[in-house]
Amino acid sequence: MEEIIQQVVNGLDRGSAYALIALGLTLIFGTLGVVNFAHGALFMIGAFVAVLMSDVLGDIREIGSADDFFKLVQVVEDPTQTDFLGRPLAVETSYWVIWFGESFGNWLSDWAVPIAVLVSIPIMIFIGWAMERGLIRHFYHRPHADQILVTFGLAIVLGDLIRAMYGANPIQTPMPEALNGPVDLGVYLGYEASTITYSAWRIVYFFFSMFIIAGVFAFLQFTTFGMVVRAGMADRETVGLLGIDINRYFTMMFGLAAAVAGVAGVMFAPIQAPSYNLGMEYLVPCFVVVVVGGMGSLGGAVLAGFLLGIVQSFASLPTWKNNLVEWLGLDDSNLIANLIIGVDQIAIYLIAIIILLTRPRGLMGRKGVMED
Amino acid sequence: MSNNNVTRRGVLKSGTIAGAGLAVPTIFTASAARAYTNEPGAGSVKIGFNVPQTGPYAEEGLDELRAQELAVEHLNGMGDGGMLNTFSEKNLDGTGILGRKVEFVTGDTQTKSDVARASAQQMIEREGVIMVNGGSSSGVAVAVQALCQEAGIIFMAGLTHSNDTTGKDRKANGFRHFFNSYMSGAALAPVLKNAYGDQRRAYHLTADYNWGYTTQEAVQTSTEAMGWETVETVLTPVGAGDFNSYITPVLNSGADVLVLNHYGGDMVNSLTQAIQAGIRDRVVDGTQMEIVVPLYSELMAAGAGQNIQGILGSMNWNWQLEDAGTAAFTKSFGEKYGRPPSNAAHTCYVQTLLYADAVTRAGTFDPCGVAEALEDFEFDGMGNGPTTYRGADHQCFKDVLVVKGKENPSNQYDTLEIVEVTPRAQVEYAPDHPSFGGADATLGECNSGA
Repeated sequence: MEEIIQQVVNGLDRGSAYALIALGLTLIFGTLGVVNFAHGALFMIGAFVAVLMSDVLGDIREIGSADDFFKLVQVVEDPTQTDFLGRPLAVETSYWVIWFGESFGNWLSDWAVPIAVLVSIPIMIFIGWAMERGLIRHFYHRPHADQILVTFGLAIVLGDLIRAMYGANPIQTPMPEALNGPVDLGVYLGYEASTITYSAWRIVYFFFSMFIIAGVFAFLQFTTFGMVVRAGMADRETVGLLGIDINRYFTMMFGLAAAVAGVAGVMFAPIQAPSYNLGMEYLVPCFVVVVVGGMGSLGGAVLAGFLLGIVQSFASLPTWKNNLVEWLGLDDSNLIANLIIGVDQIAIYLIAIIILLTRPRGLMGRKGVMED
Repeated sequence: MSNNNVTRRGVLKSGTIAGAGLAVPTIFTASAARAYTNEPGAGSVKIGFNVPQTGPYAEEGLDELRAQELAVEHLNGMGDGGMLNTFSEKNLDGTGILGRKVEFVTGDTQTKSDVARASAQQMIEREGVIMVNGGSSSGVAVAVQALCQEAGIIFMAGLTHSNDTTGKDRKANGFRHFFNSYMSGAALAPVLKNAYGDQRRAYHLTADYNWGYTTQEAVQTSTEAMGWETVETVLTPVGAGDFNSYITPVLNSGADVLVLNHYGGDMVNSLTQAIQAGIRDRVVDGTQMEIVVPLYSELMAAGAGQNIQGILGSMNWNWQLEDAGTAAFTKSFGEKYGRPPSNAAHTCYVQTLLYADAVTRAGTFDPCGVAEALEDFEFDGMGNGPTTYRGADHQCFKDVLVVKGKENPSNQYDTLEIVEVTPRAQVEYAPDHPSFGGADATLGECNSGA
C-alpha cells in the first residue's frame, strides 16, 4: 500500500509540470488557434531564469555552468590555500554577503529560486509578447503544419541560444536549504515514521502548481478580461461582431501562457538540473497531454496532465509488472514480457493512441475542434 | 481537404530512391591508387576526434576534446611535452608522427550511434583521417568501431566502459585503453564488502543500453558472489531527466543498497533525486541505506556536488594519483585549461600518444602494421603504472581505482578521494570469458582498406 501511495504522490508531482505546460499550450491554442511547439522552450527559459537569478544572487552552491552571466561573486586569491596545481586558491564570495552582511547575503542566495519566480513573471510576459508580436501573429491564418514548423524551429533556435550561453551540461540549481531533502509523509497519513518519504520541494511544487492553475481559472472566471477571453474561445467571430478587438486580449493571453510555462520552469529547476534540451524533453509529453485532454479544453488539459503523470508513475513501478509477467508464465526473454517490463517508456503514448482511436476529441474536448 | 497529387506509384518511386540514397553512405568507394585507406601525404597527417559535444555525455566529450588538442600540441613539439616526458617509450620527439605534422578535425556524435557513424564516416571519406579517437558512450564506440573496421581505419576508443567493446563486439582495427565493467565489478566487490558487509540487498537502476547491461551484470555477479542479494533490476531510459518514478519504488522494496548504473548527466540527475527522495536517510531493518555508483567521472561528481559524499565507485584514473605521468599530464592540462583533467580526458590523450608511438615503431600508418605494433605492447609512465595492451582482444590491463566522494570537498575539482588501487592481477580475465562473448568472440582480420 505504501508503494501505491508513493507512486500516486510521484504521479501528481510529475503531473503538475505536465498540467502547467499543457495549460499554457491549450490557452494559446484555444484563443489564438496556434499550435505552439515553442512552449517547451518557454518552460526551459523559465528554468534558466532560475539559473540566472542563482548567479545574480551569488549562489556559490550552483555549479556546472560554462559561463556565469551576471554572477555577482567576488573571486579573491587566497594565498593560504592552494588549488590542484599548487597555485593560490581562488575563493568565491557572494557580493551580496559583502554588501549586506553574511546572514542577509546568504539568505538571498539560498532563496534564489523562489525569488526567481517573482522576477520571471515580467521577463516571461515580455518574452511571450515578443514571440507573439514578432513571429506568431504572422501565422494565425496559416495551416497548422506551417505553425508547427515555425514554432518548432523557434524552439530549436532558443535551445541552441541557451546552449551557447550556458554550455551543454545540466546546471545544478539547488532549492532553499530549508526545503532540501525528504519529508516524512507517512506520519501525516497515519503510518509509521519513515515508511513514506517524499522530497519536500516536489510537494511544494505540487501545491504551487495547484495555486497557479487555480489562479488562471479564477482569472478567466471572475474578471471581465477573462470573460472576454472565454467568449473569444467559444466563438471568435461573434465577439468581433460585438465590436471588441479580440486580438489585443489574445496577445495578453500569450503573455500569460508564457508566464505560466515560465514559472513552472523556474520552480522545476531544483528538481531536474536545467539543460538546454529540457524544453524538448517536456514538449512531446505535453502535446500528448493536450491531445488526450482535448484541444481547446483547459480543464481537460489539467486533468489529463495529472492523469498521465500518474499513469507514467505507475508504469515505472516494477512490482505489478513482475507479478503480471509471472502470472502469465512468461520468461525473461519473451517479447511480451519485455514489452510489459518496458511499458513505462510508452505508457502515455499508448493512452494517447487509445483515446485518439476511441474518442478523438479527447476527454473533455468540444466536438468539432481540430476536426476540419 | 487539400488536393493531393500523391499516388501509390509516386510513393513507391520516391521511397525507393530515398532508400537507395540512405544506403549509399555505407558503401565505401575504394580509391585505386592507395596502399591503404587515407594514406597520408608527405606533409601532414590528420586525426579525427569524434566526441559528444551535445547530449547527456557532453561534458565528458568536451573534456576529451581538450585533452586531444593538448595531445596534438605535444606531438607537434609545442607546450611542455606532458606525458611524452614520462612515457616509457622515447620514440616520439615532438616532430609529429613519422615526420609529419599532426592535424585534427572534430565531429559531434551527440551521444547517438547513428549520428556518430555519420560523423566518423564524413571524417574518413571527406577529411581523410588516418585514425578516429574519442567517444563517451559504449553504444557509440561499438558502432564507430565497426565502421572503422569496414573502412580500414584504426579506432582508438575513448571513454567506453561496456564489456562489449573488447568483448563480443571486438574488432581487429579497434583498441581500448579504458577499463571495462567486469574490471569495475571485480575491483568494487571487496571494497563494498569491507564497507557495507556481505548481507546486503541491492536494487539496480540501469541505463538502457549495452553499457548499462554489462555494468549491472558485472556488479551483480561480483556482489552476489560475496553474499549480496539482488532484489530488483530496472532499466531506465538514457537522458531521462526525471528518475523519481524509478526511485520511489526503491524505498519500500526491502533493498538497502541502491546501485546507480548511470553515467554523465543521467547520474547527476538520478543521484540528486535519489538523495532528495530520502534514500540515504532511510533505515531498512536496522541497516542504513547506501548508494553505489559503479562508474565515476569527476565531471559528474562536480555536477552532483555534495550529493556524492561517501559514495563508492570505480575509475580508470584520477588526477590525484602520485606518479610522474599523472603529475606531468595534470600540470600540462591544468596550466592550459585551468582545471584538472577527467579520466575521459586522460584516456583520449593516452590513446593518441599510444597511436603515434605505435606508428613510429611500425614505421608505417598502415592499420595492420599499427595493430601489430600495439598488440601485446607493454608500457608505463602514462599514469596507470605498468600496462599491457593484450593482443587477444585489444584491451589494456592495468590497475583500477576505487574512489569515494569526499566528506568535505574543498572545491568542485576536489570531490573524490582514492580508497584503493586494485592491482591489475585482480581484474584480469581470459579473452573467452562468457561476459566477453565467450569462445565465439573473435577480432577478425585487420583491415587496411587496400
